[in-house]
Amino acid sequence: MNFDFSDDQKQLRDEARRFLTEKSPPKAVRAVIDGKEPYDRELWKGLADMGFLGVAIPEAYGGSGAGHLELCVIAEEMGRALAPVPFSSTVYLAAEALLLAGSEAQKQKWLPAIAQGHAVGTLALFEGAGNPSPKAIKLTASNGVLNGTKKPVADGAIADFAIVAARTASTGRDTDIALFLVDLTSEGVEAKALTSIDPSRNQAEISFKNVKAELLGAPNEGWSILSQVLDRAAVLVGFEQVGGSDRALEMGRDYALDRIAFGRQIGSFQAIKHMLADMYVSATLARSNCYYGAWALSTDAAELPEAAAAARISATQAFQHCSKNNIQVHGGMGFTWEFDCHLYYRRSNALAVGLGSLSYWEDQLIERMRKKNAA
Amino acid sequence: MNFDDTPQEAEFRAKARAWIAANAPREYEDELKKAALGRIQLKSANILEVAKAWQKKKADAGWAVPHWPKEYGGRGASPIERVIWQQEEGVFGKLGALFIIGHGMCGPTMMAFAREEHKLRYLPPLASGEHIWCQLFSEPAGGSDVAGLRTRAEKDGDDWVINGQKIWTSGAHHSDYGILITRTDPTVPKHKGLTMFFLDMKSPGVEVKPIKQANGQAEFNEVYFTDVRIPDHQRLGAVGDGWNVSLTTLMNERMAIGAGVATGFPELFDFVNNLTLEDGPAIENPAVRSKLANWAVRASGLRYTSFRSISALSKGERPGPENSIGKLVAGAMTQEVATYALDLQGASGVLNSPEDAEVAGKFQAMLLRSPATRVEGGTDEILRNIIAERVLGLPGDIRVDKDVPFNKIPTRGRA
Repeated sequence: MNFDFSDDQKQLRDEARRFLTEKSPPKAVRAVIDGKEPYDRELWKGLADMGFLGVAIPEAYGGSGAGHLELCVIAEEMGRALAPVPFSSTVYLAAEALLLAGSEAQKQKWLPAIAQGHAVGTLALFEGAGNPSPKAIKLTASNGVLNGTKKPVADGAIADFAIVAARTASTGRDTDIALFLVDLTSEGVEAKALTSIDPSRNQAEISFKNVKAELLGAPNEGWSILSQVLDRAAVLVGFEQVGGSDRALEMGRDYALDRIAFGRQIGSFQAIKHMLADMYVSATLARSNCYYGAWALSTDAAELPEAAAAARISATQAFQHCSKNNIQVHGGMGFTWEFDCHLYYRRSNALAVGLGSLSYWEDQLIERMRKKNAA
Repeated sequence: MNFDDTPQEAEFRAKARAWIAANAPREYEDELKKAALGRIQLKSANILEVAKAWQKKKADAGWAVPHWPKEYGGRGASPIERVIWQQEEGVFGKLGALFIIGHGMCGPTMMAFAREEHKLRYLPPLASGEHIWCQLFSEPAGGSDVAGLRTRAEKDGDDWVINGQKIWTSGAHHSDYGILITRTDPTVPKHKGLTMFFLDMKSPGVEVKPIKQANGQAEFNEVYFTDVRIPDHQRLGAVGDGWNVSLTTLMNERMAIGAGVATGFPELFDFVNNLTLEDGPAIENPAVRSKLANWAVRASGLRYTSFRSISALSKGERPGPENSIGKLVAGAMTQEVATYALDLQGASGVLNSPEDAEVAGKFQAMLLRSPATRVEGGTDEILRNIIAERVLGLPGDIRVDKDVPFNKIPTRGRA
């Protein structure tokens, strides 16, 4: 047994951290939050040049073909740096869907464009409030023509293409759902940017009026593909959350060492020490659950669905816990616009619901454990 | 990142599995499966005799404490092989509860500080379960302030004469030997005047009184010392260096307790998975699922955290203070899990006899034992301090008695 990343993977993590510390400082995140740019284009290009966008894309499709463990270590650093780029929508959702179910032509067209930083992709799944469910999908596909509206779509207003979940029949079965690949410059597509609690990563509404689209994967397997894409993304977003948790903990620790009150460093008070210790505990449990998810993802293990749900829940809890208590450790300063605490608080809460809520993943985890138990 | 056995590990596993299949006391398997936290007893036999017999059988075949060196009764197994052995021993590992203090804490302290002839004499019978050891640290006035202890050791010729009292001593009532921390100099600050020994628990002047606990069991004891004589060659470490010696013990204690600590989750999941409520199977209730999921990820998080520690150990890294999280998380969790399992049973949650209560009263036993888990071997609060100070680098607590001679420290808060 070796339950750790390899030395090469750790070296990649160091490299990613150095790069992102320089290219994605809080100043860059704020530029996007302040609405000056929809995302950091220079950083996006830099990520492509470093090979980070295509790290899990095979060489045949223009990636480096390194693998998913490598993508996990990069994801952690993206989360730590709050990178204000459409990374998760493009790399975890769109690229993974293409890798899982795309035709040869679809892969040839879009995967190299993703790896080179020329195309931003996303997954258009949600239609208003609610969790991922075949029943919640109203957007219709009839003879390859889409009609309906998706909201929210992560990075939808800046994406070049989207994988769209659509209803092909109304039998009430999961097989009613199919996935379509849509070039968002197509006739009949309208994308509108929406404001969100975390403007460092965009949200949009996309409406489709008689839009011609090409099928992605088999027509009756849309939900099954989607479910696999969400599991894979749950692990990868989990690493972003772990990176964010670690950074929020670090910020709280540093402030507790720096700030003097009642004649002492506030970090010498047990109330503060214990709060930081609990942040460490939640971040550690999340990291360990994510490592297991990374193993399952990289080996395509049968345990992946259960591991992904556990990673997702644990990492969501940890990032919310750490970012919230980081503000508390900072006291009033933590609630100012000027301090960076709110950037992490925003991101943690956006990531917490972006792939379906905590209660959805709790339900998934127990259902999967129950099935395994029955098997 | 992988979970595969190396060829060497696979060979170790195969050997362990074959030996256990041929030798384990299968007649007690069902009873052991039902045994709850704080209530490991056998109806059909004396648990002490069964546990000792199993340990002896393992020792004769070289499987006792596999990670100890051969000359002290082990087989020099690696950290990963130690885990493989635990996995293969499975439910029969519960029989080792009696030996945890000796194997997990006293043994490692002896290995680090005893004379070679003492190690060769005392460790093999400790490994084989012939002798049971206890750890005499806590005192009535000490609590978490372990270094505030008052048991005196005074030099008299080649002996030391011990007077005082210890408390919360697990298993002292059937122990043959113990390691003992004493105060040898009350005129220096409290951490500096301590000295460690090991002693024969049958020595004249040692009196053991079991303490009846909140859960009705009696695992712990008070131990009184009246003019007990210990020869100087049974001293562990230098005179006045007892605190450093005890840190070795305490770190091993956290490893030993933390690695194997139960969370209660597998039991809860089994219970809920088979439970029917008024409106259908409990496992289909969204509120129940949400609760279960929260504990599930804590239990899996601990499990994979321990895998990460084992991987680090097997690369030659030292066990660090981060291992404190095992007991911190699991202790609180067993209490929550047990409370919830009772809640699910409604009014009949009050029943706790193995005959009448659901799943043999496991959760009731767990409920009544769990407060101790959160206190023994370092309270939740001490463990949080350890994480805050030694992992995160935050300042130590203010200790106003740190530089004061021990005999000048006030002993009462209000006159």
